[in-house]
Amino acid sequence: MTHSLIERAAEGTPPGIAQKLRGLSDRSIAWIFVAPTIFLLLAVNIFPLIWTVYLSFTDYRVNRPNRDIEWVGLANYERILGDAGIWSTMQATAHFLLWTLVLQVLIGFTLAYLINKKFRGNDMWTTIIVLPMMLSPAVVGNFWTFLYQPQIGLFNYAVGFVTGKDPASFSMIGDVSLAPWAIIIADTWMWTPFVMLICLAGLRSIPDSIYEAAECDRASKWRQFWTITLPLVLPFLMLAILFRGIENFKMFDLVVQLTGGGPGNVTTLSSIDLKREAFEKWRTGYSSAYGVILFVTVFGLASIYVKALNKVKER
Amino acid sequence: MTGFLNGLLRLRRGPWEMLASILIALGVVMLMQPFALALYTWSFLVTLTGTVMFVVVSHFPE
Repeated sequence: MTHSLIERAAEGTPPGIAQKLRGLSDRSIAWIFVAPTIFLLLAVNIFPLIWTVYLSFTDYRVNRPNRDIEWVGLANYERILGDAGIWSTMQATAHFLLWTLVLQVLIGFTLAYLINKKFRGNDMWTTIIVLPMMLSPAVVGNFWTFLYQPQIGLFNYAVGFVTGKDPASFSMIGDVSLAPWAIIIADTWMWTPFVMLICLAGLRSIPDSIYEAAECDRASKWRQFWTITLPLVLPFLMLAILFRGIENFKMFDLVVQLTGGGPGNVTTLSSIDLKREAFEKWRTGYSSAYGVILFVTVFGLASIYVKALNKVKER
Repeated sequence: MTGFLNGLLRLRRGPWEMLASILIALGVVMLMQPFALALYTWSFLVTLTGTVMFVVVSHFPE
């Protein structure tokens, strides 16, 4: 069937084109196949990036398309890098990024380690643990607002039960000191399963023979963990950190749904601030500069991280 | 230390990548630290320098 299709296609090709195609080198044919992808990449990724860099040097406002675009040089960058408000959003982002990564890696790895043990109901527990990851961030944000309700929230009751505090005496998303932790807890609940899955893949890729050899050498469980398990899972763990790090650096939906950036600005992450500048205040040039700063930061971090990851893989 | 400096002078990838990585990490810490606005102001320049350097020096010989 396939053969006849190819034959029919060959017969249907006009003689002139067929002659030209026959004369093409393998390299040219490869380029013909790759060209659509390269074109798409240029159109969807590279061009917008270059255009954003250009706009970052202008005072362009997308809601006033007929106004003349004025070249402002580095003024947008100077304003952003001198703005204490944006500085505080960067700190909020760093706090969120650091703690979500620490908690997700610790809990995710522990869960993977436990799930990797052979016990009854292993698969069922894996499915249950993975469930939060399958939900939409908007849905997760919405129901965590209910869980955090001081009057009816289950979270407050659970904390009250453990600590003996009155559940109505504190508000996770209304308190300036608790709100940053509220978004960290919700994100950790949602994305720890992702880290767990990657760690589980790493743990299952370790051959049993290595542990058997270690047992023969009378290595303790503790030593086996530090010299076999952890080094062999490390590349997987680093990948999980890279994915979650990039994802959480641009975290938006969950936090907007949960706290809306409040109270005050304590949970306004850089992506939320950027969206406000771009699509509420319509300062396109300014927000383009903001975007370039975030892009360079993520790109730089990802570069050194990928280099470190390659080094770990080579070991 | 001498090996590192020699590598820099002979335009070897390893030490230059190390230098670029340090600059990027320093820039990111400056961007997100809560202590001095001046450090935040200069953070982007440091990160950008490190990132551009990293892209360039990754083409240096080993």
